[in-house]
Amino acid sequence: MREINIRQAIGEALDEEMARDPSVFIIGEDVGPMGGLMGEIGGLYQKYGIDRVRDTPLSEAAILGAAIGSAITGMRPIARMRFADFLGVAWDEIMNQMTKMKYMFGGKIKMPLTMDALTGAGRRSAAQHSQSIEGMMMSIPGLKIVLPSNAYDAKGLLKTAIRDDNPVMFFEHKFLMWAGPKSDVPEEEYLIPLGQADIKREGKDVTVVATAAMVTRALNAAETLQKEKGISIEVIDPRTIVPFDKETVLNSVKKTGRLVVFTEECETGSFAGQVAAIVADKGFDYLDAPIKRVNAPDTPVPYGVVLEDYWIPNEEKLIKTINEIL
Amino acid sequence: MAIDKEKMIWMFRTMVRIRRFEERVAREFADGNIPGSVHLYIGEEAVATGAIAHLKKEDYIMSTHRGHGHLIAKGGESDKMMAELFAKKTGYCLGKGGSMHIADLDIGMLGAAGIVGSGIPIATGAALSAQMRGTDQVTICFFGDGASNIGRFHEGINLASVWHLPVVFICENNLWAVSVPTSTSLNIPNVADRAVGYGIPGVAVDGMDVMAVYEAAGEAVNRARKGQGPTLIEAKTYRYRGHFEGDSGAYRPKEEIEKWMKRDPIISYKAKLLEMKVLTEKQADDIDKEALAEMEAAMKFAHDSPFPELEETLENVYT
Repeated sequence: MREINIRQAIGEALDEEMARDPSVFIIGEDVGPMGGLMGEIGGLYQKYGIDRVRDTPLSEAAILGAAIGSAITGMRPIARMRFADFLGVAWDEIMNQMTKMKYMFGGKIKMPLTMDALTGAGRRSAAQHSQSIEGMMMSIPGLKIVLPSNAYDAKGLLKTAIRDDNPVMFFEHKFLMWAGPKSDVPEEEYLIPLGQADIKREGKDVTVVATAAMVTRALNAAETLQKEKGISIEVIDPRTIVPFDKETVLNSVKKTGRLVVFTEECETGSFAGQVAAIVADKGFDYLDAPIKRVNAPDTPVPYGVVLEDYWIPNEEKLIKTINEIL
Repeated sequence: MAIDKEKMIWMFRTMVRIRRFEERVAREFADGNIPGSVHLYIGEEAVATGAIAHLKKEDYIMSTHRGHGHLIAKGGESDKMMAELFAKKTGYCLGKGGSMHIADLDIGMLGAAGIVGSGIPIATGAALSAQMRGTDQVTICFFGDGASNIGRFHEGINLASVWHLPVVFICENNLWAVSVPTSTSLNIPNVADRAVGYGIPGVAVDGMDVMAVYEAAGEAVNRARKGQGPTLIEAKTYRYRGHFEGDSGAYRPKEEIEKWMKRDPIISYKAKLLEMKVLTEKQADDIDKEALAEMEAAMKFAHDSPFPELEETLENVYT
């Protein structure tokens, strides 16, 4: 075993899948000699050539449109969309085309298409380079959504996403990409199925469901509460929000009786709201306290240091909320 | 461009079949047998026919909301088409897509889309796939004059051009984007002129003349097949009916409609074939009778087919 960061994990996953399957190729902006905005796919252009690592004009709709057209005719594209915020430029391809064609055409096609994009705040990038839009995307039937929190999960999930015959949105949290912790990642191949949550820390008093960069913060808060007050927190990372492993969460709430959903999204229309709704619906009898959400306020992500740090959910806010329901 | 007698007759038969299919759809829609909305191809038959005449089964087409004609020309079966329009389980898409969303990958029909212009980058992607897989498959992408003003026209054609992809873009300019005329939405005489901006050939042809379309499309398909990149063809044509069935089309001047209908692509092509002695009056009548019988049978098939089961609502979201 060796320790690598999430950037390296993503590069390895892409490299392994391209080596394994000649129909896999990368299409997007700055994927060629630059090797991705954070250098995460450096070397792939040199290894696989201009045909399979395709730099495009600045044309998001054409990138996704071309990915769709190639996916339904025998290829397995990975469309690297840089920032999640840019998906708006090609929203029709996401909302009306890749996710609906299979259904509209009576199941006749396969759409083995992976999109990846940087998500999340924390890089002082202001309102158009920092959004988390998984809640918005979650409401599009036909799309799968992956939101890893560490290098090990990212690699195994990305490999699975590429092999999936459905469109998959793979988010890379930019804070993790930049400064995320390293994790143990085996040299040998492994896959992680989509739709399988991971219990990152076992506990008995409160269940915290956290995604992406919030997972590390949830673990920090759990450690603090354990040390200072002897409170035992169970931290669950769903890893994929569509499909969502509700059984793991419900089983945990059955044990703890308390749930806090901790995600870096605007509260309204969020994945956190969906988790709360599912548990209220299917797990009401397990609950000893109201379900709580710790999310960002319903504002654009502010620029700067003070305001952005205030906007992002953190350990302090999570601990305060947990204390409210104990 | 050389053309044999068999192909000339195929083109006549195809145009007649499209016309008779659409007329039958209009009647069934008016009778309340077809839900939703339908956009008919009547008047534009020469475009799909003259272009698709050059394609092999494994070649691709990308269609539009006005797509019945494209599908028939590519080899679509009228009974499964009609059943789809009737929202029946036996339809091309199991009754889940309807008029605007028929696809059949087995004959290279990549689908039709209700979002104008969305097919352009997707066609570019199919052409990219053919190039990457090393086949000689060509993709023809149909769209209308309205789509030529959408951003994806620019993005999709530019990308196809810089990668020299085997795709032919055919703009069916019927002069009207629903109720907005090209005179107020284009400041140049021809959509084809825009090809200059992408460094590819652009050709404007008479879309009411199937032989003119055949000539232009033949050259473009050959270029694509030889790896010489895309072409933009603009076929000047006209839809006889409203944008959708139920739209009276009252925004169009009566004289304009009459002028175009006088140049009917089927009548003029038939006259040409009779004059060339490729076809006799009797053979032409037989082709028409066969088409009428085919559409009658398609209607019966659709009518007699069952609706989907309610549980099927939940199927086909994911593979």
